[in-house]
Amino acid sequence: MEVKFNLNGKPVAAEIKADTLLYDLLREEGCYSVKCGCETTNCGLCTVMLDGKPSLSCSILAARVEGREVFTLEGLQKEAEEFGEFLAAEGAEQCGFCSPGFIMNVLAMARELDEPDMEEIKEYLSGNLCRCSGYMGQMRAVEKYIKTKREDR
Amino acid sequence: MITINNYVKVSSLQEAYELNQKRTNRVLGGMMWLRLGAGRVQTAIDLSGLGLDYIEEDEEEFRIGAMCTLRELELHEGLARYFDGAVKESVRHIVGVQFRNGATVGGSIFGRFGFSDVLTCFLAMDAYVELFRGGIIPLKEFIQMKRDNDILVSIHVKKDQRKVVYMSERAAATDFPLVACAVAIKGEKIFCSVGARPMKAILLEDVCPKKEEAGDFARKSAKAVPFGSNMRAGEAYRRQIAGVLIRRGIEKIMEG
Repeated sequence: MEVKFNLNGKPVAAEIKADTLLYDLLREEGCYSVKCGCETTNCGLCTVMLDGKPSLSCSILAARVEGREVFTLEGLQKEAEEFGEFLAAEGAEQCGFCSPGFIMNVLAMARELDEPDMEEIKEYLSGNLCRCSGYMGQMRAVEKYIKTKREDR
Repeated sequence: MITINNYVKVSSLQEAYELNQKRTNRVLGGMMWLRLGAGRVQTAIDLSGLGLDYIEEDEEEFRIGAMCTLRELELHEGLARYFDGAVKESVRHIVGVQFRNGATVGGSIFGRFGFSDVLTCFLAMDAYVELFRGGIIPLKEFIQMKRDNDILVSIHVKKDQRKVVYMSERAAATDFPLVACAVAIKGEKIFCSVGARPMKAILLEDVCPKKEEAGDFARKSAKAVPFGSNMRAGEAYRRQIAGVLIRRGIEKIMEG
């Protein structure tokens, strides 16, 4: 079957099987930032924005994105870079494997929550696991990023 | 992992119902757990084109469409206001925001999962399921029914003035609950729902105790609930924790 959707701002048509997962389709389309880290639907590494909402692409049938809009890290380079600088400044980047999913969810949070406090930030990001570089540095980076975003508005 | 041969996005509940009569076909919820199961699905039935992702509120009740996500439950202001945040509390510990943007209320309820926070929460409320063929049935009856081939359309929750508190005990944030508990009080009546036993939630209905008797009542209630052991917790531990959660729930409601 064929699925047509919008990927990172461009229309895409792809041939899929009934049980092709969005995760696999996105990698076929060259979006290698999207990775599968756990196989148990809870690590957050495969996070993409589906119609603007952070979602686990490992659990979404590709057929279900017909006519919808998907953004991966590849399509949000400017925002990702901006937040990436905060991460680097706090020394909060180590192996980088989980970063794409983590960054996607931080960007989703920055869009969704207006003035999140630390508790709200932690709760929003609790579905992103495996942060080997340590949580404190990442939290400092997120806090500063959110603050800067707010001041820019 | 599950394999699916055909995918059909149905255009009516009738179509979904007819397809679902074949045993090898399956209705999709959010596919969070379904994907992890083994087995072959001949035709996956997708209800997402039927507009079932609503939460409607009127003077008498809330009507929550089966395809409404757990995240939508969590963020709904009307539910938060009426149930004093109990519904939000029941879902906010489930995995993460991304997961809750996918998982559906219908999937949680129809699955009657042993670990379900959502089922535990609604069970303490005056809740009903609306089935395409079976009509409107109290949730407490639905959970006793054998899994059949009907289609879950929505959940109705009556605004019957009951006060509800939801609590769960988890070994780690975002993990499955070791014990889940919802306590509701309406006038002289108390409703205690206990889930993650690790079997599906059970409902106890009783006469509401006085505040100073809450501890005794809670211990007695927890004793009446069958618990089991699994890798997360033992039977005795679960019973102990359940007693504490029930007591706390009663006290919290009575203290207002």
